[in-house]
Amino acid sequence: MNKTLLILRHEFLHTVKRRGFIVMTLIVPLIALLLIGVFQLVSGVARPTVEVTTIGYVDELGGFQQYTSQGNITLVRFDTPDDATEALVNGDIKEYFVIPPDYISTGVINRYTLEKQLAALPATTTAINNFLTSNLLAGKVPEATIARIEAPLNLVSTRLTETGAVAPEQGGYGNFIIPAVFSILLALSIVFSSTYLLQGLGEEKENRLIEVLLSSVSARQLLTGKVLGMGAAGLVQVAVWVISAPFLLNLASSSIGGFISTIQLPANFIVLAVVYFILGYLLFAVLSAGIGAISSNSREGQQLIGIFTIPLLIPLWFMSLNMFFPDNPIWVVLAIFPLSAPVEVIIRLGVSDIPVWQLVASIAVLVLSIIGILLLTIRIFRTYLLMYGKRPGIGEVLRCLRTG
Amino acid sequence: MPAVEISHIVKSFADKVVVNDLSFSVAQGEIFGLIGPNGAGKTTTIRMMMDIIKPDSGDVTILGEKLSEATKNKLGYLPEERGLYKKLSVLDSIVYLASLKGMHRRSAEEKANELLNQTGMLPHKGKKIEELSRGMGQIIQFIVGIIHDPELVVLDEPFAGLDPVNTELLKGMLLDLRNQGKALILSTHQMNEIEELCDRILMINHGRLVLYGNLAEIKSKYRSNSVLLEFEGELGEMPGVTEQRTRKGYVELVLDGNTTPQQVLERLVSRGIVINRFEVATPPLNEIFLRVVGKTHE
Repeated sequence: MNKTLLILRHEFLHTVKRRGFIVMTLIVPLIALLLIGVFQLVSGVARPTVEVTTIGYVDELGGFQQYTSQGNITLVRFDTPDDATEALVNGDIKEYFVIPPDYISTGVINRYTLEKQLAALPATTTAINNFLTSNLLAGKVPEATIARIEAPLNLVSTRLTETGAVAPEQGGYGNFIIPAVFSILLALSIVFSSTYLLQGLGEEKENRLIEVLLSSVSARQLLTGKVLGMGAAGLVQVAVWVISAPFLLNLASSSIGGFISTIQLPANFIVLAVVYFILGYLLFAVLSAGIGAISSNSREGQQLIGIFTIPLLIPLWFMSLNMFFPDNPIWVVLAIFPLSAPVEVIIRLGVSDIPVWQLVASIAVLVLSIIGILLLTIRIFRTYLLMYGKRPGIGEVLRCLRTG
Repeated sequence: MPAVEISHIVKSFADKVVVNDLSFSVAQGEIFGLIGPNGAGKTTTIRMMMDIIKPDSGDVTILGEKLSEATKNKLGYLPEERGLYKKLSVLDSIVYLASLKGMHRRSAEEKANELLNQTGMLPHKGKKIEELSRGMGQIIQFIVGIIHDPELVVLDEPFAGLDPVNTELLKGMLLDLRNQGKALILSTHQMNEIEELCDRILMINHGRLVLYGNLAEIKSKYRSNSVLLEFEGELGEMPGVTEQRTRKGYVELVLDGNTTPQQVLERLVSRGIVINRFEVATPPLNEIFLRVVGKTHE
């Protein structure tokens, strides 16, 4: 077997057998399972609030007698606040509110409850709101108008193509969810793999096994085998996550409901996801190898690679800004800058359209960076790999590159 | 065809010349000693022979070929500081590293079992490397160095950390390899091991050659014109002997510049002295080392 393949195979098996790798591979679906479980538990606990709740009110202004049934909330009128308080203390009502005589001019409603809360529950607020609106408008406008004033907007968007036909890809959150999840998994997988590669290289460097390896294979074979082996392990990790996704979505759909049916893959997503997965992986793998070569131990190497993973994670930190302001030029910069491009492009695929020139520029910059860093790494690899305990300064690395 | 032909190699690190215009050759079927004080450039020289680093200038020829990927399969290397994959089993470690030397998996496994058996390590083949003692790990690394039947084996401090039993075992295996026509380069600070095993030596200091050649010839060149004598009877005054130094169980006779050991022997025989031992004193390599290195330090 080709020596590069031998190293690839060894690195792959060595990595996938690591306890850390197995834990990380399983923990992502497990966390998702846990989240779904917690969601179901919380929504299950919260369900009683869906049952009919009774709220009291005292009408000091007058004229608020109708519309006492608001969804699952029933409103019961009391003559005085004292009566209402008594009913509240006895547990007959959950809470009550008072409509003061000057309500029309101030809009103030006083609410009384026994519970410690941050604020009134949204369902309660909506019920009181609609109760007040309906009573204020009763007899003045038609019933249908009252319903529209309570909920004036049910926005249904349709995306058209340039020819005016309905576009096949409609966008929206359904379009965003898969790219968002994939971008997080991609970033996680890249960070873990870079760490494994650095640890492996650090170990070989610390116990001088690297000398035996380099007396058997060239630096190029060693690096290529390591990078590809680690990439294969990363692919397995992401494959496990992706394969477990339909199962988890299925589980989640019972609790999260109809939203799942709106999920849709953006156009070209699979092709671009694969391209950016591979390029992102290669970039960080060659970077890790280079850092592994110049750092004196694996801990120092991990600190150094940490600096380079920050740009990778920036698109995740600002994902919500990316969603709400998709046209800001900063996203173009992040999509072309090689360290942030893999995650940023995946996120943007779900948020908006990416012009072809940006994709071409982004992929070209990534490919050039990978080649550049690989050449640079091979060059400094031999020299610094064997200089134990001393990390070269930037000037020294540059000098080494010039002299080759 | 020599196993190794080194010609005027130079290597510097950050403006410091570590190996300076070094030339030597190692023949097939010999054990060659590479000695020198710490920091003399031994390990750098070895790394250049193993193609781990490239010389700045000069040529390294191994088995008649310029160093290339193909020649790497003919090299065996036991580095000074040792380590293997801690979590990997003994057998897997050996087989993986042997496969990187071009061996097929199955033949690597067979040969590994054979060598493990020979070294008494077979019961440990399933253990992880981290479960082994230091000496055991060293034996495994030695096996890694020779499993692929290399033509040239470089051993950096092979006996450090070994108990006497394993040291003897290793020496026996080294001599076997030499008898099979392999070239062995032994780098060590233990001069007695060099004297016992090596045919020729190279001593370097500050990256330069200071002694090179046949060990016996070098020792003879550094001999201190004296003879060691164990005898029965009365010695008395001896012409040509400037000093008689009484040692434990024998006497060292220091000769003047004009007298040869042969003449002394003749005189002793003519006096009817019973001689149990008569030996021309050659200094131990250790002493030569100290003298040469001491001189260049001055």
